[in-house]
Amino acid sequence: MATTPTKVEFKIKDYKADIHNDWCPGCGDFGILTALQMALVKLQIPSHRVAVVSGIGCSGKTPHYMQTYAFHTLHGRVMPSVTGLKLANPSLTVIGVGGDGDAYGIGAGHFVNGGRRNLDITYIVFNNDVYALTKGQGSPTIAQGTKTKSMAEESIMQALNPVALALVCGYTFVARGYALDVKTLTDLIAQGIRHRGSTLIDVLQTCPTYNDLHTKPWYEGKKPGQNGISPLYRLDQTDYDPRVQDPANRREVSQKKTQAILKSEEDERLPLGIFYQCEIPTYEDYLEKKGHIDRAHPLAEREDIFHRDVTPLLDALT
Amino acid sequence: MPQKSFSWMIGGPQGGGINTSAELLAKVLSRGGYQVFGNIEYNSNIKGKHSYYRLRIAVEPVRSHLEEIHLLVALEDETLFGDLYHEWPAHRGHIHEVAEGGGILFQEGTQGIEERLNGRRVHLFPIPYSKFVEAALTAVGKGSQAHEYRIMNNTAALGAAIGVMGYDIDRVAAVIKEGFKGKASKVGEMNANCAHLAYDYARKHFAGKLEFSLPPAPAKPRKQIMIKGTQAVGIAKLKAGCGIQTYYPISPATDESVYLEGQQSAYKLVVLQTEDEVAAIDAAVMAAHGGVRASTSTSGPGFALMPEGLGFAAITEAPGPVIHVYQRGGPSTGLPTRQEQGDLRFALYAGQGDIPRIVMAPGDLNECFYDTFDAFNYADRYQVPVIVLVDKFLSGLYASLPPFDMSGLTIDRGALFDPKANGNGRYMRYRFTESGISPRSIPGQEGGMFWSTTDEHDQVGHISEAIGNRLVMMRKRMGKMDLAAREIPDEKKFTFSGNPKAPVSVVAWGSTKGAILDALARLDPEQQNYNFLQLRIFQPFPVEAVQRLLGSAGKIITLECNYSAQLAGVLREQTGIKVHHRVVKYDGRPFSEDEVVAALEKATADGGEEIVIADGRVIGPDYGRQQVDEMVELRKKNAKMNVPIVPLPPGYNR
Ligand SMILES: Cc1ncc(C[n+]2csc(CCOP(=O)(O)OP(=O)(O)O)c2C)c(N)n1
Ligand code: SF4
Ligand SMILES: [Mg+2]
Repeated sequence: MATTPTKVEFKIKDYKADIHNDWCPGCGDFGILTALQMALVKLQIPSHRVAVVSGIGCSGKTPHYMQTYAFHTLHGRVMPSVTGLKLANPSLTVIGVGGDGDAYGIGAGHFVNGGRRNLDITYIVFNNDVYALTKGQGSPTIAQGTKTKSMAEESIMQALNPVALALVCGYTFVARGYALDVKTLTDLIAQGIRHRGSTLIDVLQTCPTYNDLHTKPWYEGKKPGQNGISPLYRLDQTDYDPRVQDPANRREVSQKKTQAILKSEEDERLPLGIFYQCEIPTYEDYLEKKGHIDRAHPLAEREDIFHRDVTPLLDALT
Repeated sequence: MPQKSFSWMIGGPQGGGINTSAELLAKVLSRGGYQVFGNIEYNSNIKGKHSYYRLRIAVEPVRSHLEEIHLLVALEDETLFGDLYHEWPAHRGHIHEVAEGGGILFQEGTQGIEERLNGRRVHLFPIPYSKFVEAALTAVGKGSQAHEYRIMNNTAALGAAIGVMGYDIDRVAAVIKEGFKGKASKVGEMNANCAHLAYDYARKHFAGKLEFSLPPAPAKPRKQIMIKGTQAVGIAKLKAGCGIQTYYPISPATDESVYLEGQQSAYKLVVLQTEDEVAAIDAAVMAAHGGVRASTSTSGPGFALMPEGLGFAAITEAPGPVIHVYQRGGPSTGLPTRQEQGDLRFALYAGQGDIPRIVMAPGDLNECFYDTFDAFNYADRYQVPVIVLVDKFLSGLYASLPPFDMSGLTIDRGALFDPKANGNGRYMRYRFTESGISPRSIPGQEGGMFWSTTDEHDQVGHISEAIGNRLVMMRKRMGKMDLAAREIPDEKKFTFSGNPKAPVSVVAWGSTKGAILDALARLDPEQQNYNFLQLRIFQPFPVEAVQRLLGSAGKIITLECNYSAQLAGVLREQTGIKVHHRVVKYDGRPFSEDEVVAALEKATADGGEEIVIADGRVIGPDYGRQQVDEMVELRKKNAKMNVPIVPLPPGYNR
């Protein structure tokens, strides 16, 4: 299949679908969508070499707004879906998107094992603390003792820490973004896509319709009592170093992971940016090493597998 | 007494090497030109529990087992007497299954066999297994390690069995040695020697005692293979160009995936072990969308996690996946390693809404191969998931066959998007077409970008809840089944044999085929009284053909391994035809030839609408309860039976 781009340069409109967007006005999802499209502009990946794969939820509609190969799959099944597609054709840029309920609730088992695999994929989670599409029930990231206007009662379960979870699952690029800082998020997503291995970007996303706790003014520090101080700060503006220099060095890996987990536990102010990055062989690397795949000839493009000679297998049974 | 087929059984603790011995013997006899039919029964346990392996050997084709045993080879007491060491014993061993004139080969010194035979004429062949193991070990300077090599008892037993049967031990020795190549060849020598010593002993003491013998070997052996269901499926998948197989381990499906795992580098195939069956089906669906032929294999409990993925495949019109469901005893975890055909209705109806799907049910090893091959063509051609119902019996059945003829096999990838042919038109993945099939592009292809969603959608692939679009889309998806019904030829949908005007029609599906064919050959050699309809594709159901074939039948009898006669129900639903006698078997064991004979005799003698088969016979409602009570009584009488010796880890012998 031809990979040469037909155009010299791709602009944002090349990644935008010509379709009405039905997210609520002011929804944080718009920011993430734009950042994703701008990241692709930044990376200049031809749109037909990209597949965006989502779960179900408000966030799940993202692929419809993309001009790429687009799969709006099942609630919670982003990871298995991305895995099957990536294995069929490792030369594609495969990006998973979906909600916090999708990723950390119904899809938790897949999320955990997806990290273990470390395929070269990017997973962007739209974290709005609620199950938005089902009208605002608490999601796995809603803080214990809090309640959005959409919830009948406050949550009595503990909140899950997505960054820490991703770290212990084996994601090799773990980051947190903020939906309404599109410029920074664009950079983060571009870095995540460029990273060889499984990337998790948990994006703090405002849901003006159901989440009245973590609103735009709150993130900007404009709520009463916040004294104009945003609860967000950028790790790349501190001396925090997320990158493992020598992945073979067990101590360094462990130290960087531990440091990232500690960072992710901060709740007075929320760090944004890359918590951890480590380049180690991907699942595809291992498959290739074993001779199961050959990335120069993705399975999806191989003709020879339709002409397999199975007689040696039968001969072995005589 | 030469009889048409010879029925052999070896029993022993799980992990004790009975499969090695039985499969070795099967291979030797197959190479000698015999038709061999083997099947194993085992518990859901790793080591120690009783398992047994039956072989039926003949010159004419054999497709099932018999109830009676001509030579029983026992590695431990439980094979003889049952598990009376257990508080609630599960079985009474196999002594009572040995035919008059048959024989039992057992560890010398075992007490209590004669009194249990109740004067029946059964020949006893006590063999000091460990003596030969020790002698073979001593010959290589390892005499003191005999205890560690207890697992080699199965080799001694096999050698002795050959002696009692009077077959060529050198052929056996040769096959034993084949199993140990390179560094291990010394172990092979030792095992072959052990078999030889036991053989000599058996010849010396018991030659000619057994009243049954192998039928004379055919003069001109044909070329044949010995193959299992999981291998036939696996090889068919490779032949069909399958690129990705996903699975989550589960009996009795795992062996297929494990077999394929071994072929990954040689055949450029990816076998993905997922975190659960939800992931297994979804990854396969997306691999299929990704342009690769994809499949997954599971059994009931795993398939129970897959209806969601079936819907996903169906509404997004993925070309597949192919899903093999190896049925086992249900519900729930049920009988993990036992036979049942209980998932017919489940396969037909799993999932919410109306799901187009193809449901196939191969009945023997050949059909496992060809139907699996076809399944991928159907998946691509109709862009639907394809379920292939197999079962525990087919998975582990081990039988001789001529190698598959591949000459007629062609790959059909269905309608594909062609950028050149598309002109300047906009590509629409779900374009309304005459046939209902929209040419599919493959992600990565320029000009072929599309949207897809599990929501109802329009031709482009965007969400749509419009009435008109909904109507067309439903018809488009479901209409593909009408197309498949028209295009798939009858000979793939069912087999029909026997006299079309016969007064009795037997209808069955899946793995009961073999036992039915064997039983009919015995009951009705002239093919006058019976005909046999085997359904091989349930969706699309061959409605008219079945109505034509059964419409004027005098008496219709269904046979199947489940409680509720699912086939009879589906037949009624699809064709309006009411079955006269429903034979069911839900004891977790496959039908034997004798059981089919008993069922058909009962049915033709007007044995009631429902006939239940278990333990080799037609049973009444009290049967199970009586068994439980009798076993407890039996245990009281034999309280001192030894717990079986757990064998050593595999590796000493294979
Ligand atoms: C198996 C299944 N269960 C439940 C639902 C209903 N459902 C649709 S979206 C959703 C929650 C979405 O929450 P989240 O993943 O956080 O996405 P958001 O809408 O917040 O972007 C649920 C429970 C479903 N579609 N599928
Ligand atoms: S409900 Fe919330 S998440 Fe969904 S579109 Fe509206 S604002 Fe966005
Ligand atoms: Mg959410």
